[in-house]
Amino acid sequence: MPIISIANLSKTYATGFSALSGVDLAIERGEIFALLGPNGAGKSTLINIVCGIVTPSSGTVTVDGHDIAGNYRAARRAIGLVPQELTTDAFETVWNTVSFSRGLFGLKADPGHIERTLRALSLWDKRDNRLMTLSGGMKRRVLIAKALSHEPRVLFLDEPTAGVDVELRQDMWRLVRDLRGQGVTVILTTHYIEEAEEMADRIGVIRSGRIILVEEKAALMRKLGRKRLTLHLQTPLDALPDDLAGFDLDLAAGGQELVYTYDTKAERTGITGLLTGLSAAGIRFNDLHTEQSSLEDIFVGLVREEARAAE
Amino acid sequence: MMGKDMGERTGMNWPAVRAIYLFEMGRFWRTAGQSILAPVISTTLYFVVFGAAIGSRVSAVDGVPYGLFIVPGLIMLSLLTQSIANASFGIYFPRFAGTIYEILSAPISPLEVVLGYVGAAASKSILIGLIILATSALFVPLRIDHPVWMLAFLLLTAVTFSLFGFIIGLWADGFEKLQLVPLLVVTPLTFLGGSFYAVSMLPPFWHTVSLLNPVVYLISGFRWAFFGTADVGIGVSLAMTGLFLAICLGLVTYIFRTGYRLKS
Repeated sequence: MPIISIANLSKTYATGFSALSGVDLAIERGEIFALLGPNGAGKSTLINIVCGIVTPSSGTVTVDGHDIAGNYRAARRAIGLVPQELTTDAFETVWNTVSFSRGLFGLKADPGHIERTLRALSLWDKRDNRLMTLSGGMKRRVLIAKALSHEPRVLFLDEPTAGVDVELRQDMWRLVRDLRGQGVTVILTTHYIEEAEEMADRIGVIRSGRIILVEEKAALMRKLGRKRLTLHLQTPLDALPDDLAGFDLDLAAGGQELVYTYDTKAERTGITGLLTGLSAAGIRFNDLHTEQSSLEDIFVGLVREEARAAE
Repeated sequence: MMGKDMGERTGMNWPAVRAIYLFEMGRFWRTAGQSILAPVISTTLYFVVFGAAIGSRVSAVDGVPYGLFIVPGLIMLSLLTQSIANASFGIYFPRFAGTIYEILSAPISPLEVVLGYVGAAASKSILIGLIILATSALFVPLRIDHPVWMLAFLLLTAVTFSLFGFIIGLWADGFEKLQLVPLLVVTPLTFLGGSFYAVSMLPPFWHTVSLLNPVVYLISGFRWAFFGTADVGIGVSLAMTGLFLAICLGLVTYIFRTGYRLKS
């Protein structure tokens, strides 16, 4: 059974804006799931519905088998949420605000757990500091500590590394992997593709309130990934030879490089044909390399494709 | 383990009520100096102005010396304004700052949220009411005929107006609105509700108008607990306070059922 099941979920705000339409999604237990999408695609709305902050217009969501409306206590107890905005109680201390969160979730005080959480997030030295004295990065850590204070089985990270320095970003990635090691399911939204690429087991792409794709990261890369073959020419070319017009070629580095883009999933990559053609045209090269397109390229391609289909 | 901690027997999330209550009381203690000093100073001022300067020229009201007569009104005045201010700010500020997300995403029922916030706001205003009572004792020899009723009215009024403040805090979508109702409605009603006089001292027409003011019943009932005399019957006072409490409870229930101003 998936830890989160979302069925036919829609949300239309009072303003008439339709943020989600007919979303179906299943999050597997223990995975790291990245929800990718441009701004305004519905990522936060989706998370906020699952967490109980936004009321859905229609559809159902269950968390660990508990309906978020019918059995909201059990559903919410399973979830920790790190919101996108850095919202903290300025006058509270780090220790108090994290302990407060644990209490809200119905758990008895456990100083040992709070201490471990603060230490894991490098917040232990700051435990008696008031939140308003902390930097943005530190506040972000506090929000994570609050979300982990009640030992959730599912952790939502809404844009966790937006405006965060490199050190914290790496700490966060390490933390997320540790959590998965403990069996915690992690769902993160991001528009930094590298984040999804670095961390996620599966990736969902959302656009205009619809999930347009859910795929294993590796499979996604394999399936949609395009490769680029770059040839370093012995003598620069001014223009592409007419004989090679049938190939998807570009000149780069002032004619010094010839770049061939091809589809790895296609039956024929056309590489043999290209090389034969080059040889026939008398174009020589002294080096070559290939590179896999990044998730970023895949993502941009997908979103464009969708936009075109919508027109 | 979690289930046990949640308090499965009652089904109530008491740790959450406690967390909200203590968080809200924390704000009070953080500013304990001004929380306690302000009512002491304002009470002193009222006694100097009304009790000494004016009171010396006013004869006893219903056989109660004027200085003593204004004590219940003074306490009520602070009780109402403090209850509303504390409760409205308590819930408005997290909405304004965005920290409300945590309350909304926690396994808490509306009842528990209200218990935490309203309980804390009522506690604060009762504390302030008692401080004013103690300060009054420095100026006049106190006389409380029905101490249990006095405490009951204190509690009932604090809870009712904290609920009312909670509703204002949910309704307000700006700091101006937060001030609007206390300033334009509650303060005038309190001053015109007989804080510093018995409504029976008014001309017949204004006396009748005053009876439309719900605060009259609160102050009258409270004053009865002190001196055994009242503008209206104690039963009527109790019934009116209960009615207002019921209206506030109904409104809060409606707000949570519809998610008004809390959830989109």
